[in-house]
Amino acid sequence: MFGYIVRRLGLMIVTLFGISIVIFFLLRVVPGNIVDILFDAAGFVDPADKASLERELGIDQPLVLQYLHWIGGLLHGDLGYSYVSEKPALEEILPRIPITARLAAFALLFSASIGIPLGVLSAVNQGSKLDYALRVVSLSGLSLPSFWLGLLILMAGVAMFGSIPIFNPNPKTFGEMFSTYCLPSLAVAFRSSALTMRITRSSMLEILRQDYIRTARAKGASEASVNFHHALKNAILPVITVVGIEAAFLIGGLIVTETVFNVPGIARFLVEAIRWRDYPIVQNLVMFIAVVVVSTNFIVDMLYAVFDPRIRYSD
Amino acid sequence: MLSARAFAATALLLALSLPAASTAAQAADQPKSGGILRMYHRDSPGSASIHEGATYSLNVPFMPIFNNLVIYDQHIAQNSLDDIRPELAESWAWSADKKTLTFKLRQGVKWHDGKPFTSADVKCTFDMLMGKSQQKFRQNPRKSWYEQVDEVVTSGDFEASFKLKRPQPSLLALLASGYTPVYPCHVSPAEMRTHPIGTGPFKFVEFKANESIKLTKNPDYWKKGLPYLDGIEYTIITNRSTAILAFVAGKFDITFPTEVTIPLVKDVKQQAPNAVCVIAPLNVSTNIIINSSAPPFDSIDIRRALALTLDRKAFIQIMFEGQADAGGTMQPAPDGLWAMPKEMLESIPGYGPDINANREEAKKLMQKAGYGPDKHLAVKVSTRNIPIYRDPAVILIDQLKSIYIDGELDVVDTAQWFPKVARKDYALGLNLTGNAVDDPDQSFYENYACGSERNYTNYCNKDIEKLFDQQSQEADLAKRKKLVWDIDKKLQEDVARPIIFHGRGGTCWQPYVKGVTVMTNSSYNGYRYEDVWMDK
Repeated sequence: MFGYIVRRLGLMIVTLFGISIVIFFLLRVVPGNIVDILFDAAGFVDPADKASLERELGIDQPLVLQYLHWIGGLLHGDLGYSYVSEKPALEEILPRIPITARLAAFALLFSASIGIPLGVLSAVNQGSKLDYALRVVSLSGLSLPSFWLGLLILMAGVAMFGSIPIFNPNPKTFGEMFSTYCLPSLAVAFRSSALTMRITRSSMLEILRQDYIRTARAKGASEASVNFHHALKNAILPVITVVGIEAAFLIGGLIVTETVFNVPGIARFLVEAIRWRDYPIVQNLVMFIAVVVVSTNFIVDMLYAVFDPRIRYSD
Repeated sequence: MLSARAFAATALLLALSLPAASTAAQAADQPKSGGILRMYHRDSPGSASIHEGATYSLNVPFMPIFNNLVIYDQHIAQNSLDDIRPELAESWAWSADKKTLTFKLRQGVKWHDGKPFTSADVKCTFDMLMGKSQQKFRQNPRKSWYEQVDEVVTSGDFEASFKLKRPQPSLLALLASGYTPVYPCHVSPAEMRTHPIGTGPFKFVEFKANESIKLTKNPDYWKKGLPYLDGIEYTIITNRSTAILAFVAGKFDITFPTEVTIPLVKDVKQQAPNAVCVIAPLNVSTNIIINSSAPPFDSIDIRRALALTLDRKAFIQIMFEGQADAGGTMQPAPDGLWAMPKEMLESIPGYGPDINANREEAKKLMQKAGYGPDKHLAVKVSTRNIPIYRDPAVILIDQLKSIYIDGELDVVDTAQWFPKVARKDYALGLNLTGNAVDDPDQSFYENYACGSERNYTNYCNKDIEKLFDQQSQEADLAKRKKLVWDIDKKLQEDVARPIIFHGRGGTCWQPYVKGVTVMTNSSYNGYRYEDVWMDK
């Protein structure tokens, strides 16, 4: 097991190194740079000023040199300066991480805590009115774009309560805290909880037809014990995989939600940085997201072994 | 019927209540100090330095930090030379030959960091704008405004003179724009981009990209008793629906100026009936840029056909529910000061009211150039990937069909738009042109002078350029207007850059916000906010 973990960690480093190369060069393949954008605002391009600014920002240097400069800095904890705000990239990124992390954590929590019980409920009541109702809800969750749902929540807030649940940097009451983090998370989690519910349902249906479930029932185990102790424990593996993948894809959902709810997190910041071709911010943020995704995959793999004792990673 | 006693009592009550009501009304009109004005901002500006930007996304939040030498009266909606007021200059005077403009400067003014303001700051600012100083701006989009300024000289600490190469009466108009604040000599351009220091009514507190901009009251402002507000907070909300909903819910006191579209103004008024909404012209024209250096638009016939086919009313109806204006280069009357008279405008090919007749003429020109029902001309219509560009481009493509032109929309990423235009890598383009000052010098030299960076089409007519200089030096307003009309007419006849329409936008604020004036011939000059106050 230990050897496996070390190998996986080594593989993670190689993966991240590969990602850093892809991010760096892909970003430069995209037409235009920060200087083009700055001059776009001015309405014309002055070649001399443009060259001078490119020199000042160091983007006139050969790409390999620029890459080495970035990676070298990254390894020393120096993320460079934002081209736009001219502040250290770390200073720009760091305060935004907890905001997005909270949103993501709440979204995952809602996704699992709503999706899994409803999936079980739907499976054990297969073919009933409740099952159909839950399937309709899950289908709507999969089909509603989160930005639209977000806007509906905002409109409902204004129409019903005369207030709008957009981001509040200093929530003082529970209500403010709820509207700051939970409502945007719910808008994202609705889709992923629907997916979790469907996967749980189909996985549970398969397990519930197994012989050992029939045996458990024959031995007089209660329905709750059969469903949650015997069936869910074995049905949960595909669900963990889906939740892990969802965690990785969450950033995409959060971009839209952060925009609609005006949350100053890293997802919206990343989009703006891409728009401005603010290379230091984009590179470091995408690297950060890559680390989160790779680590999540690693954790999910480890969780398999925790939930299913039959799985043991050999050295 | 009232009894005599009841009548007397009512009269007495009325007599007693009238002065009280009048005092209450007066008290309501008396400005109150205090409160933070909350506005949403439509996007995150690239920096905090007004001189280095060319968008009013910068002027709106940062103009309150500064003062100019002179400024347009902040409570007169139409900017004109007659309504320019002193700010850091106490007075100004032209020399007899009209080639020197001298400003007597205000004494005792301090920068927000406590250092005194002197004539050296004026010289520094304009030397930098003219590209003459050692310190340089990263970009200097309005360098051409000072083409006629030979040098700025100081005499003592409180006098500065602009020496001109030739008379240019409109220099004062340029100096009065929100784009022309005086910068401190002792603060570098780099610092001004991140932490601007001014002499204005509000001090800079912080600018968090994509989040917020905060200003606080300058307690040592040289205008005693001002500003009324304790501060201004701009929350950056890029999603328009969220921003409008937040305004309706009372989260903001005022919307971002002129950013509310006509249909949205209706929405706001429906949901917040007490909100005050003003729809005003922006002095921004939507126009067509034509690459006349390559086929097929190197043919004047095809360019003229293009101009003849435009149904401006349809554009205005679809995009602004009828609330926008057709015109030439200069902003249309009554808000624009330099617009051609209606009959003159309608005498220009393509501006006449009979669209069908115009298009018949356009068809003949296309047939002359070899196109017709059996042979259509296929072109790409390039434009930026932003709705205010894209939407009119789609309508344009539809209108071009009527003269055998099959347009295909080519949306270009913002980062690539100007490089593409500069490379002349387009046939037809749909463009927006904003004018910071309603003055022909700014518009003509910037957009139509030979060699100007913003003359995207490279239109170059030496005869017209002589007229540019002639009008620029003309001190007699009536004579200058006549010259400007002739130039504008000629520019439209030459199809230099066909103007489709001049747009309008809405600004809404809560009823308790007082002292806001929306300028009607510029979107760049009315945001000092020193005497805006809140009645609550």
